[in-house]
Amino acid sequence: MMALAGIDWNTILPAWMIAHAAALLVITPLLSGPIALVLSRGRLAWAWALGISAITFVLALILYGQVLDHGSVEYVFGNWAPPLGITYNIDALNILILLIVAGMGFLSLLYGLPSIMREIAPKDQAAFFATYMICLAGLMGVAITGDAFNVFVFLEISSISTYILVAMGAGNDRRALTASFQYLILGTIGATFFVIGVGLLYMATGTLNMADITAQLQVHGDSRVVRAAFAFIIIGLGLKTAMFPLHTWLPGAYTYSPTMVGVFLASTATKVAFYAMVRFILGVFSPAAPFDGALLELVLAPMAVAAMIICSVQALYQTDLRKLLAYSSVAQLGYMLLGLSMGTAAGVSAGLLHLFNHALMKGALFMGVGIFVLSYGVRHVKDLRGLGKAMPLAAAAFTVAGLSLIGVPLTAGFVSKFYLITAALDRGWWWAVVAILISSVLAIFYVGRMLEAMYLREAVKPAPRSKKAAGNKPPVIALVPLLILGVANIWFFFDASMPKALTDAAASALFGGGTP
Amino acid sequence: MTELLTMPINPAWAILLGGLMIAALPWHNARKAVMLIAPAVALYFWLKMNAYGDFSHLSIDTLGATLTTFRFDGLSRIWGLIFIIATFLNAIYALHERDRLQDSMSVLYGGAAMAAVFAGDLITLFIFWEITALTSVFLIFRTGTAAARNAGLRYLVMHIGSGVLLLAGAVLLHAQTGSWAFEHIGLEAGLAGWLILIGFGIKAAFPLLHSWLQDAYPKATITGTVVLSAFTTKMAIYALARGYAGTEILIYIGVVMALFPVFFAVIENDLRRVLSFSINNQLGFMVVGIGVGTTLGINGAAAHAFADVLFKGLLFMSMGAVLLRTGTVKASELGGLFRSMPITAFFCLIGAGSISAFPFLSAFVTKALILAAVADEGHWIVWLFLVFASAGVLEHAGIKIPYFSFFAHDSGRRVKEAPWNMLLAMGIAAFLSVFIGVNHRWLYALLPYANDYEPYSLGHIVGQMQLLLAAIFAFALLMRLGWYPSEKRMTILDIDWFWRKPGKALGKWVYAIIARLWAYSKQGLDKSLTGLSSMLATMLSPDGNFSRTIPTGALAVWAAALLTLALLGVYMAG
Repeated sequence: MMALAGIDWNTILPAWMIAHAAALLVITPLLSGPIALVLSRGRLAWAWALGISAITFVLALILYGQVLDHGSVEYVFGNWAPPLGITYNIDALNILILLIVAGMGFLSLLYGLPSIMREIAPKDQAAFFATYMICLAGLMGVAITGDAFNVFVFLEISSISTYILVAMGAGNDRRALTASFQYLILGTIGATFFVIGVGLLYMATGTLNMADITAQLQVHGDSRVVRAAFAFIIIGLGLKTAMFPLHTWLPGAYTYSPTMVGVFLASTATKVAFYAMVRFILGVFSPAAPFDGALLELVLAPMAVAAMIICSVQALYQTDLRKLLAYSSVAQLGYMLLGLSMGTAAGVSAGLLHLFNHALMKGALFMGVGIFVLSYGVRHVKDLRGLGKAMPLAAAAFTVAGLSLIGVPLTAGFVSKFYLITAALDRGWWWAVVAILISSVLAIFYVGRMLEAMYLREAVKPAPRSKKAAGNKPPVIALVPLLILGVANIWFFFDASMPKALTDAAASALFGGGTP
Repeated sequence: MTELLTMPINPAWAILLGGLMIAALPWHNARKAVMLIAPAVALYFWLKMNAYGDFSHLSIDTLGATLTTFRFDGLSRIWGLIFIIATFLNAIYALHERDRLQDSMSVLYGGAAMAAVFAGDLITLFIFWEITALTSVFLIFRTGTAAARNAGLRYLVMHIGSGVLLLAGAVLLHAQTGSWAFEHIGLEAGLAGWLILIGFGIKAAFPLLHSWLQDAYPKATITGTVVLSAFTTKMAIYALARGYAGTEILIYIGVVMALFPVFFAVIENDLRRVLSFSINNQLGFMVVGIGVGTTLGINGAAAHAFADVLFKGLLFMSMGAVLLRTGTVKASELGGLFRSMPITAFFCLIGAGSISAFPFLSAFVTKALILAAVADEGHWIVWLFLVFASAGVLEHAGIKIPYFSFFAHDSGRRVKEAPWNMLLAMGIAAFLSVFIGVNHRWLYALLPYANDYEPYSLGHIVGQMQLLLAAIFAFALLMRLGWYPSEKRMTILDIDWFWRKPGKALGKWVYAIIARLWAYSKQGLDKSLTGLSSMLATMLSPDGNFSRTIPTGALAVWAAALLTLALLGVYMAG
């Protein structure tokens, strides 16, 4: 990662690409979508999408290099000065998200070829990749833009394309349609709340530029309108983030969507919404405002703890593998929300670090499940029996990611949980530490169930293949991204400096430079 | 490049790397070669470090703390060496086995224990502390029986718990001192000190925290038990010596540890279980040495740990060989094996002599340090108890083990001698036990502090011989008079006669009471747990209230309700 950032892109790429990297990051995938549709053949569309997503990843790396050099980057569209025109602002906070989205977007696309060929009807494949690219563009847009209304637009772009992607799982399981519909209704409610909030903010401050809103709020201060805007925005984004108890759309969407979409959503979508939440709660509104602190402590923190414990227990009860992982995702979002709700730089930094690590581990876990589905038609936890022997490499990477999810030392998950605990101790939140420990113990059990079936149980009959499962050998192209993520889960234990530097810089910037 | 070559290298990495290679290598012979080479490489690094002198760096920055992953000083040096030797002996002992999982786990386990010993801070210690638990449990699981699996799970729970206590204590300590360094902790540190002490105590098998040891070790595989006996408990002794030297409570804990297993070991029929009790008893001596905390006491604990790895390993190896050839280590089913396994019997006798502290064998020169340290500090009652415990060692480990397996009445079993590799491993361990006993200066030079104690004084030899000969004489006399009925299955030597019967009765009574209490409380617990779990299931299971596919409209109402709540919340605030 550091090595990648160190490349001098100036010598490789044309100057305009470097100068307009921020704009290209969103525009490239957005425009490539329709072209993928025109290509009309599945594999061709896939290759096109893969190439484009590789370019987006390079663009994200270019921006990462610029952020490292300058601290933050502002890109102004046209010649309109910031308060009026639309700007893209990239700082330590959102470059982390952009790297995750671009990187996971690329990896899950690379991973997805064999499973998409299997799960999606040939005539829909090009449309699938087109939608995927648009979704990618939408997520990037939410993360990169410095304009509040723009956030809404991109949030809708990404959400609508996500509904389609989830619904495309209907070929496999009709329940995908219900899941998608439910997601659509709730997502739309969330977006509506959000846009109402933005409208109220516009009413109060007369501007849509986030930096300008912050400045105006400091001048005009507190009012009922501002407070209402705040509540609307947070609940709207909470729906998108799958904040407990607004998470009910998530397990269905993750479980019944095509396996590749599960991988992509689990590692990016809620992360981006969480980013937006952090940006609004701590960036646009001031954490010093009384209503802000009250919301953090009285709403977010209890919800986070409830998610961590209740959803972990729920995961414990699941028999469906992907549903188990989905509930665990809601629980893990609880960790991130807990970090945010501490309202300290250390807490926010730990939450963001957990976000980064969670993308790595959940990405790997969903990829692992996808490979098992592909080769053996695995659906339930008990179907994992004997897979440790049958697919040693995939099982090993799955295991590493599972251990990381528990937070076992020598995996990335340990690092972020450790910081979370120290942050909670600094804040004096003993109950939070207890909740983290309880939830980790629950994780031992639900991950342990899967690992136990994989390694300690013999396969009942040779390879419980479904009709759809073709070969027993995992496809190499799907295995490679999984192994990359498996290694990353260990790598970021030993050298967490890259994400840690970013989250620390992001957190201290949000808290006005100093650490409270 | 030359800098890299002269740079201090942690010997543990050689072993850990070897373990990973074994896990990955597909060729059996290559795996076995790595098992033998890895300790040799580690020994090379150790020798280089020994020439280099004390060292404490090699830090990595993670978790916002600088971790000192490698500290080589007087205390960690000797533990590092004995762990290297143990890894090597285990490799030889396991040469005949074709088991990739067990090979890799036992090597990783040894490497992790070594890395824990070389850890300069509590985080590193914690990490390797947990790795020893996670790797060693496979040696128990590998037996494959349901009993072994359950014992393994219980073992894992205890040991993970020990690590959690250690981490909790470390975090608290960090909050107090702002440092992660693993130096003297002591009970002065308050709650943190207690938490870490209990964490260490679980691994060191303190009384009441010891059950995992006798539970799991006898159920592990043949080589597994040998491997297990070397590392976990000795690592805990190291941690105690580093963190709690001179903590007075340890003297009393140690005395209890040295005494109580004697009673159980004598009435136990499974000889590997007898040896597990004997581990406990030997650890007791070391814990007393640490509790005394003088330089002589720490030296004694270190020296005794060193010798114990060798002779206890040797005894477990000989019992493993018996188990391999006969399929049992029940005292009542064995006997007369010296005819068919003479070499194993000979090595077992050396091990038995060593543990009983015969002159010119290892424990004679090491246990004496601890006893002298206790005497120097004027703990005379403690000293008497330890002498009594020493007699107990002779009874249950020194005589019972070799006598019931190799001599006693002939069981009629005619089996092959142990495989050559097992004999070689036992031979080396036996040689080292004798070597230490004779060349005690060599071992003393390795100890943490300068040591001018002279074990071969007339008084010490005579005193020890009196103790030993009296016991042996009593034993021989009974045999000659025929008071020792060989048909009776579980007969114990007569010197124990005074306390054996009441001891056994007491043991039985306590056991019965505890069993009843346990059953009673379990019943109540089960009842409330069933209630709780059915409640949770109705709420959270896939068919439960929380997980049902809720009508979308209801969800929308939910969202609106939460919005109202948030609106009210922000209006009220401030």
